[in-house]
Amino acid sequence: MKTPTGIHSLSMLLLLGVGLALFSCGQQGSSSQGGALADDVASQVYVAPGEYDEFYGFFSGGFSGQLSVYGLPSGRLLKVIPVFSVDGEKGYGFNEETKPMLQTSHGFVPWDDAHHPELSQTDGETDGRWVFINGNNTPRIARIDLTTFETAEIIEIPNSGGNHSSPFTTQNTEYVVAGTRFGVPYPQKDVAIDSYAENFKGMLTFIKVGPEGQMDIAFQVLLPAFDYDLAHSGKGASHGWTFFTSYNTEEKNTLLEVNASQNDKDFIAAVNWKKAEEYIQQGKFQEVPARYAHNVYSDKNHTATSEMKDKVKVLLPSECPGLVYFLPTPKSPHGVDVDPTGEYIVGNGKLSADLTVHSFSKMLKAIEAKAYDTEIAGIPVLKFEEVVAGIVKEPGLGPLHTEFDGRGHAYTTFFISSEIVKWKLGTWEVVDRVPCYYSVGHLMIPGGDSQKPEGKYMVAMNKITKDRYLPTGPELNHSAQLYDISGDKMKLLLDFPTVGEPHYAQGISASRVMPNSKKFYPIEENEHPYRAMGEKDARVERSGNIVHVYMTTIRSHFAPDNIEGIKVGDKVYFHVTNLEQDWDVPHGLAVMGANNAELLVMPGQTETLLWEPKREGVFPFYCTDFCSALHQEMQGYIRVSGQGSDIALKWGLGEPEPEQ
Amino acid sequence: MKNVTLTFTCLLLAFMLASCSQGAPAEGANAAVSAVPVKGQSAVKDDASEQNILNVAINSKDHSTLVAGVQAAGLEDVLVNAGPLTVFAPNNDAFAKLPEGALDELLKPENKDKLARIIKYHASPGSYSTEMLKDGTNLYMATGHYVKVERNGEEIRVGGAKILGTVKASNGIVHVVDTVLLPPD
Repeated sequence: MKTPTGIHSLSMLLLLGVGLALFSCGQQGSSSQGGALADDVASQVYVAPGEYDEFYGFFSGGFSGQLSVYGLPSGRLLKVIPVFSVDGEKGYGFNEETKPMLQTSHGFVPWDDAHHPELSQTDGETDGRWVFINGNNTPRIARIDLTTFETAEIIEIPNSGGNHSSPFTTQNTEYVVAGTRFGVPYPQKDVAIDSYAENFKGMLTFIKVGPEGQMDIAFQVLLPAFDYDLAHSGKGASHGWTFFTSYNTEEKNTLLEVNASQNDKDFIAAVNWKKAEEYIQQGKFQEVPARYAHNVYSDKNHTATSEMKDKVKVLLPSECPGLVYFLPTPKSPHGVDVDPTGEYIVGNGKLSADLTVHSFSKMLKAIEAKAYDTEIAGIPVLKFEEVVAGIVKEPGLGPLHTEFDGRGHAYTTFFISSEIVKWKLGTWEVVDRVPCYYSVGHLMIPGGDSQKPEGKYMVAMNKITKDRYLPTGPELNHSAQLYDISGDKMKLLLDFPTVGEPHYAQGISASRVMPNSKKFYPIEENEHPYRAMGEKDARVERSGNIVHVYMTTIRSHFAPDNIEGIKVGDKVYFHVTNLEQDWDVPHGLAVMGANNAELLVMPGQTETLLWEPKREGVFPFYCTDFCSALHQEMQGYIRVSGQGSDIALKWGLGEPEPEQ
Repeated sequence: MKNVTLTFTCLLLAFMLASCSQGAPAEGANAAVSAVPVKGQSAVKDDASEQNILNVAINSKDHSTLVAGVQAAGLEDVLVNAGPLTVFAPNNDAFAKLPEGALDELLKPENKDKLARIIKYHASPGSYSTEMLKDGTNLYMATGHYVKVERNGEEIRVGGAKILGTVKASNGIVHVVDTVLLPPD
């Protein structure tokens, strides 16, 4: 960025001043305010007005169901993208075009719990095309397009309950995976809950991702009804495999807090998906009935469609040798994280005193040598000592997740001891630790679960924030804490509140995303069936009690802006086409008494608001997005007459030309 | 030279003392705040969107004088903002009709405000298409003056200046005129 020389030298001088202050005062305790600033922490996260952040951060909204976009290192909130929950602000799930996005086999589901954003990858590196994210509650996976920053696609996952170990990608985004957290009856049926061990199963799902991002369930792998918690795919040497953690290998269905913590070791399920592809080719699958929705949004007609699918291919490990192996891993492992080389598989046993690291090459040798302890449902359980690479001894309490910096270090979060511990791959020695405020869950290093981490910053996502921010009643926002990890010691830089629960996040260099960001939709490409391509195309049509208003917006008026001849009981569809072809000029539409929300129409887009007038009168409508100096003038009226009225349908903009 | 070094060292010492007693943090924070770069909306690079009023003028070779005036008056950001604005844009021939030396005088830095006022006298808030410019319409200009529209068949004059052509811009409308308008005062 270009800076006027004068300002530049001034800031240099002041920086020199800060340096001197540091020198003269000596090192203060880093906990003291003065110490932190004297260390120039503030300038490390300060992004001056008019400057861009270095990284995009995509933070899940947890129980908000959405995805938030932040700039890093500043922590500035850039956008909240509606994904699984309706959003009145953007009309998402309220306008006619996006309602199909939230269709499922259970009908319209307006909310979900979104946990793990996952960036698409090419050659093991984040590529900035899409972010995938899982809906936990009614199992779904969404794909967000990073040219529009909108949800482009949602696919429901059948034979699943609690879609938690999702949607982790393979190194070329061949697949994103989805593992069920809850065992559920397979097929779903009315059975006694305590018939769990007999009737319940756990399903792992592989969703093929096409060149344009389109998702399709390629196959499912039927496993015992353990709780599949998290996943990561292999990379480099281990490309072709995906690893899923499990707990509740006890297969209990009540008081899991106690009952699912009995076994000394649970399992990491290693699935050879290249082998699975061979079995699919050979036809060694069962095609079973399944009902699941596949919803796709089109940037051409600005409309989503929902299709109900009716079958899925299922592979049974007992009939597919070499497809799945179990790696014993102590005490209910949560995260399973594969290091950038693909050799080490870290099992974060959340109740374990130690961290267990498996070796991929040892795993292959153990398979070769058939070093099995036993078999479960036809799945070989490999001998622990034959696959373990090393153990990080007593690093902290309650390990959950690990990410990597690409310089041979791993960073693991510890929920109970509320800290992040940095350790060395290969020697397993702890080299640094920092506190988190408080109770950290996931952590994120941009590219930190890929083959090429961008190891400059690390973000901790914390569940508890009491005393961190001004109190806001019983509920306090969760927090994200940004650390500098470029040096030997991790250094806390910034602490910012987030939307919903920032369960997990992914980060990426802004340069991989920014150049592709769309500015508007070309109007000549608009294929919406109810578009109006110009003001001359604006009109009102009636068919029975259905009224279609073909409306346009441009600074600073609607066409038409006066409508008469509407009757009580009509269904009025306002189809609003925003004629603007200019970046950052959306127009909104709000109609008095609407039972849904506003429309927020991007330049070149068409969106539809259904309005059902219930009483006679003249009702105003207006633009909600401050569009111009004459935004407040951007308003109109719609007249509603009684059902038996003979007021003719009439519309207009401006006074009619006087008769010559 | 020695004196300079000595003075500098004293200053340094003074600064070090001050920073300890008064707290360097505030100094550091202020340093960051004062380093805000100055750039406006006209610096946004956007080749994809429909052209705004400023870009319409810049891309018209007949409006190089107007563009120079807009730049000298520091009005670029106004002409790229959301608008809507209707701009009556005198072409180069219109400026050539001004008295000898008048333009050069206006482009001098000390006359920046005067120049800005003249240019603003050519702009009206709102989007006035040719259809909306009816005979007898009083247009409210950005300087607070009213300017009369005269319509004679196809010919439209605004404050006496004849409209030669019209270009739609993303943030308003540009009517090319043949005469520079001068505020009455």
